[in-house]
Amino acid sequence: MTNNGQSDDTIIIKVLKGDQSAFALLVEKYQIYVFSLVLRFTENREDAEEISQDVFVKAYRSLADFRGESKFSTWLFTITRTTCLSFLRKKKLDTVSLDNERAGIQIENRESGFHANIVEQKSRHAMLNEAISMLGIDDAQVLNLFYKGDQTLEEIGKIMRLEPNTVKVKLHRARQRLKDKMEKYFAREVREIHTD
Amino acid sequence: MEQEMEKMIWEYIDGLCSPSVKEMVSRHLAEDPEWKMKYNELKTIHHLLQNEELEMPSLRFTKNVMEEIARYQVAPATRNYVNKNIIRGITAFFLIMIGGLFIYFIGQIHWSSSPSNHMFPSSPDAGKMNWNKLLNNSYINILMGISAMLGLVLIDRYMRAKKNEQLTGTDSKLNS
Repeated sequence: MTNNGQSDDTIIIKVLKGDQSAFALLVEKYQIYVFSLVLRFTENREDAEEISQDVFVKAYRSLADFRGESKFSTWLFTITRTTCLSFLRKKKLDTVSLDNERAGIQIENRESGFHANIVEQKSRHAMLNEAISMLGIDDAQVLNLFYKGDQTLEEIGKIMRLEPNTVKVKLHRARQRLKDKMEKYFAREVREIHTD
Repeated sequence: MEQEMEKMIWEYIDGLCSPSVKEMVSRHLAEDPEWKMKYNELKTIHHLLQNEELEMPSLRFTKNVMEEIARYQVAPATRNYVNKNIIRGITAFFLIMIGGLFIYFIGQIHWSSSPSNHMFPSSPDAGKMNWNKLLNNSYINILMGISAMLGLVLIDRYMRAKKNEQLTGTDSKLNS
């Protein structure tokens, strides 16, 4: 992974030597990943932006503790998860059911009518995004880290404090649940995708 | 059966299966239309997830972060300000306490020789021990209390160190 021709490690060394502006390169590079991960926890752009900012501030302040034993992204996503969980605790949101499905309210809304035409018009991206948002936070996070965060099962295990085998099972189940959601709520779009 | 098939196909798609499973799945895909259909279905989801568009924060995001961190400095590494001598001192104190207690207990025991058993050295005569005197001694209780407290402190430190190690040395700082 490089940024403007510089590896993360090179940028980190610069920052640790006092070049604060070099940190902007890391922010530019990872903001989209951190923000997307945080959005899975909050589903509110304002909160997500505030938390993401907090993540980068914490990463900056703790940068001397990054020993390079893992990828910088793994370290950063660990901070992201910890910060999100703290945020949820502070806000007294639904922390009990992190593993449960968040879809309850959404499904009720969906089944109570607003569904039909709006959903049909959605792009594949929006459809996928909505299907993922119906999953539990952990499921959404595993999918995000594996597919977009460029993290291995071992690295996801570090971030989520799980054994790699548990992550493997979680990933499998998350995809299974995603498939079920897509077939249940976006059957037509799924059929279209398959016939393409 | 279908779940097992899906599991194997996912592992095949991810490239995480063993060579033997890989060969078996390849064979099924070539020969069995049901496997082929399921593979195409899962591969579609795989591609969708790979090409998922991520959400962008606002355009000012980097600027906001840089303005925020301008007020801070990088904190010194945790490992630099945790004084190992203090931890060693606590450990030594704890061990001395345990040792002292052990010696005190040994000193309170009335040893008696057993003429019927010459194979073993003399054993303590538990019946003659004054357990009430031992356990109701306020010094002993205080020492035991301190020892228990120190033990808990050491366990706590050990757990924290382990946790820090797992989280690449960041978590304890973030949670504080």
